[in-house]
Amino acid sequence: MEIELLTGTTARALAFSTPLIWAAMGEIYAERSGVVNLGVEGMMILGAVTGFIVAQSSGSPWLGLLAAATVGFSVGLFHAFAAVTLRANQYVSGLAITIFGLGLSGLLGRDWVGRPLSDSMEVLDVPLLSDIPLLGPALFSGQYLLAYLALLAAVVLWFVLHHTRQGLVLRTVGESPAAADTAGVSVTLTRYLAVGTGGLMAGIGGAYLSLAYRPSWGEGMTNGMGWIALALAIFALWDPLRAVGAGLLFGAFFTLSFRLQDRFPPELLTMLPYVFTIFALVLTALGRGRRAFGAPEALGHSYSRGER
Amino acid sequence: MRPPAPSNIPILSIRGIHKRFPGVVANDDVGFEVYPGEVHALLGENGAGKTTLISILYGLQQPDEGQILLEGRPVRLQNPRQAKAYGIGLVAQHFHLARRHTVAENIALGLPDTPFLRPTRKLEQRIHELGEHYGLDVDPTARVWQLSPGEQQRVEIMKALLQGARLLILDEPTSVLTPQEAQRLLKVLDQMTSEGKGVIFISHKLNEVIRAAKRITVLRKGRVVGRLDAAEATAAGLARLMVGDFEPPRSKKTPGGERSVARLEKVFSRNHRGLPALRGVSFDIRGGEILGVAGVAGNGQAELVEVVSGLRRPDRGHFTIMERDVTELGVRALLDRGVALIPEDRNHMGTVPAMSVAENLVLRQYRKPPYARAGLIDWRAVAGFAKQSIARYEIATPDQSTRARLLSGGNVQKLILARELAGEPKLVVAAHPTYGLDVGAAALTHDLLLSQRERGAAVLLVSEDLDELLALADRILVMSQGQVAGIVEAASADREQIGLLMAGTNEAAGAVA
Amino acid sequence: MLNLRFVRHPDPSPVLVFAVSLGAIAGSLLVTAVLFALHGVAPLAAYTTIIERTILDGRGFSEVVRKSIPLLLAGVGLVLAFRARFWNIGAEGQILAGAVAASGVALFVPVPAPLMVPAMFLAGFLAGAAWGFVPAILKVRLGVNEIITTLMLNYIALYVVRWLINGPWRGTSVTGFSYSDRFAEYAWLPTVGTTRLHWPTLLLGLGLALLLAFVLSRTRLGFEIRMMGESPEAARYAGVNFLWTTVALVCVSAGAAGLAGVGEVAGIHRRLIEPNSISLGYGYTAIIVALLARGNPLAVIATALFMGLVFAAGDIMKVSLRLPSQMPSVINGLVLLFLVCSEPLLRYRLARRTLKSSQSAEGGATG
Repeated sequence: MEIELLTGTTARALAFSTPLIWAAMGEIYAERSGVVNLGVEGMMILGAVTGFIVAQSSGSPWLGLLAAATVGFSVGLFHAFAAVTLRANQYVSGLAITIFGLGLSGLLGRDWVGRPLSDSMEVLDVPLLSDIPLLGPALFSGQYLLAYLALLAAVVLWFVLHHTRQGLVLRTVGESPAAADTAGVSVTLTRYLAVGTGGLMAGIGGAYLSLAYRPSWGEGMTNGMGWIALALAIFALWDPLRAVGAGLLFGAFFTLSFRLQDRFPPELLTMLPYVFTIFALVLTALGRGRRAFGAPEALGHSYSRGER
Repeated sequence: MRPPAPSNIPILSIRGIHKRFPGVVANDDVGFEVYPGEVHALLGENGAGKTTLISILYGLQQPDEGQILLEGRPVRLQNPRQAKAYGIGLVAQHFHLARRHTVAENIALGLPDTPFLRPTRKLEQRIHELGEHYGLDVDPTARVWQLSPGEQQRVEIMKALLQGARLLILDEPTSVLTPQEAQRLLKVLDQMTSEGKGVIFISHKLNEVIRAAKRITVLRKGRVVGRLDAAEATAAGLARLMVGDFEPPRSKKTPGGERSVARLEKVFSRNHRGLPALRGVSFDIRGGEILGVAGVAGNGQAELVEVVSGLRRPDRGHFTIMERDVTELGVRALLDRGVALIPEDRNHMGTVPAMSVAENLVLRQYRKPPYARAGLIDWRAVAGFAKQSIARYEIATPDQSTRARLLSGGNVQKLILARELAGEPKLVVAAHPTYGLDVGAAALTHDLLLSQRERGAAVLLVSEDLDELLALADRILVMSQGQVAGIVEAASADREQIGLLMAGTNEAAGAVA
Repeated sequence: MLNLRFVRHPDPSPVLVFAVSLGAIAGSLLVTAVLFALHGVAPLAAYTTIIERTILDGRGFSEVVRKSIPLLLAGVGLVLAFRARFWNIGAEGQILAGAVAASGVALFVPVPAPLMVPAMFLAGFLAGAAWGFVPAILKVRLGVNEIITTLMLNYIALYVVRWLINGPWRGTSVTGFSYSDRFAEYAWLPTVGTTRLHWPTLLLGLGLALLLAFVLSRTRLGFEIRMMGESPEAARYAGVNFLWTTVALVCVSAGAAGLAGVGEVAGIHRRLIEPNSISLGYGYTAIIVALLARGNPLAVIATALFMGLVFAAGDIMKVSLRLPSQMPSVINGLVLLFLVCSEPLLRYRLARRTLKSSQSAEGGATG
């Protein structure tokens, strides 16, 4: 019984936190290159709306996913353009993307509100892995493909970051762009790709919401998830595997809080993720020793050769 | 000019390099050659054009005119990647290392044959071998932030060598080294030149250049003003070439007062990363005395300056000004008690570049009358003070509402001196006050510090320039590993002794660890 | 061949700053014109209609001013916070906090009638300030990222309001809808004639803008705030007390947004209602208002009016032009995007290369 509670909670947590994990990983990837992206929320919602429109029009959720990823990638490239090439304030650029994305998605999705997706993604079990006791029911069965892919992507991303030349390049660009530059690495190209890829993942996170989790479109349906993902990246100390752990923990808190449904008004329960987020950040800050070695050293700074 | 080995083709030969920036000619018809097996020194003051020349040689900037030949072939160096491909390596003054990465990771980044998977595998062995060959031992798995500046420099040299450098450019390599470490570096360079590599050694230190180099090219204000063999060079001759007609600082008088102005007793403190930086520092400065502080960068001097000026509270120990305990007081209270600070970083701490000259002149006195009353600032009083200071210190500025950002380095320092010395401080803390200044501004700074001493103020002068300390200070305190390694009388001190003190506890601590 | 390159601009003139801001607005209006056309509305006609019914029409203009009131109050507050490099993205939540506190006083606290309105403003200011105090103290004591915390507090405030109007504060005479009882008449703000222009809040906003302009230019505190914003290291050197100053000015910043919330509930709705109707995203738009004003509290008066015009135009677009209601928020985003992209124009200028140096292909912007 208790085991079922545990696996069931984990499974629901994964379903809930899949978009958070995608977006947080995107943020980690971008921030590891030294660019802060406050536009995650905007990228997610644009992914959600384009994904939905394309899926509904074409009848294929996979085409929708592709569209969402493309939009996320493009918006990411725009952010890179502003942050790297124009050397604009990264905070303002990200905020602009979020505010614009929220507005534009409302405009684009205006005629699609309240029309459930006809062909949404389907849940499935992972062959073999779903038979593992405990882990199988908890993480590898009854989820949408994108949830499994999130887990896989985290492992791949972690491996790329820490065990490949490409990851070394990316991390160096985020830690010391001058070192990367003198080593002959293009800081600009690396940052463009990282922020673009980050946007792509945020777009996928948004598409999960509108194509799988709640196969429909509602204005503002990301509801701050992009911002929570930003906090998760910090909480996870910019590590993809920790981001999965943090996302699951977050989802578990949220799932469990619904057991209090009878005693608490729904508005206050809906509020909880935002309260958790603040708590998570405070906890991270209290573990100050770790934090000092957490954020990439060049995070938020534009780089230009010869200026220090 | 006769080349030392006529049969050889120079590794590098540059001719007629010109480089202009708005308002400055950084390089004006610069040319020289580096032959295989030669250490070639580029000597010049800050601002003589050395840095620009390096940037050009490493492809970071392109010359407006002129030619670069590598082994007789003209080349265009458009970026560092090309420079490296031609076998040019650079060890810059500020290391380009990712501090949280390991040594091997830092080196792997720049190598063309680094594998995609697990980039540092196989590299550790190569680092060991090369380290033994040249005497450059570093632990490839150590993280860069754990290394001393000297070790980090070895990583940079190693990086260049593994990238196949045949010509190594070292920019002010000894500024972060103890004299003993510098000696060791020269041995490394010997090994390299014996294999036919070339080295460009950039420095502004005369004796060192004579010891290290085979030939010397002297730059002044962007032009080559002398080329000579090191064997024929003398320090005095080089100095004349380097700075033109220059009066050495005037001779010192004996200290005036005997009263203790500031005293530190067993002060402990941490740095901004929470690591121990000062470990039981004690000393006493009297009025009318200049106490010099020497040491290799990063041995607690920065934290000492912060503690003495109130920017950092000590963890333990006592700090007194005029026999009153001020250990727990902050920067504002110490300012009120007559502690002036001439900070190292003139553009981030010493001034606010976006604010006007007048505002910067009252940056620290704005709270008190006549500049402020009842919380309101009296801009007329500020303007009056600004006018007076600009005239007295001859600050070159269009007017007092000009933003400080538009001032030259020397004038920014004059502005800071005008502000800090205005209230007749009892203790003047000067951190690297002449670093990066032209000769005129440096001389003025020296004069002002000496006149503060004559007035009876105590001066704490922190500098990495031993010549400056020997010329100005009455006593020199040597710091090493956050401790006072020794205090010597400047009149009877010699470099060797100070060098040993700078290294002393360094090596002792290393033996224990 | 055009021989131009970017050169660093050490000191952009006020005229240039103004021109660039104006250019950003013009750019976004141009894109909006395209959006109009895409929706089958002739852009010129649309703009004419909007101008006729807002600026040129008395009642329409009163709506413009009314919608700029919360933007003015919150925007002035944000200018203060941004100048000290505190990224307060939480004005939306602070507005709601002010609205809740004012409603609480109006509904439940027995205050003598003549003192009711001042009491509501005071409560609103304090509630807004409290909503700002939490992220401020977390930032200065623990280094917690204030962007995320202020944003999270927006959502928290939103759900608190929803909970109140559905639960404990739900009106006794209300059926079907979720809102509180109507405030007693002495808790209403007076308005100009028959318009909805609640002038006491407007005066508060104008007064605050003037006051902050004075504080920044003439007082010690203002000098300290400017130092903190321009160069934290120099401020430390000058002995500025970061903790106290940051917390105090964030509280004032957030309190100003709280006042805006009081104005909305006491001046217009006269009850606590659905959060998205109390603030139509004013807290987020105030960020744009503050950024457009580029640190100048007096300029906020103009930028708030402009963004107020966008909101008022939104109503016209919806009703008269049958354009989607999301138009204003799209314009909001566009203004901000253009503002971001125009930023380099303030830092660099195009200059002709001198002939001699033109042979190298050096990108001067890297110097």
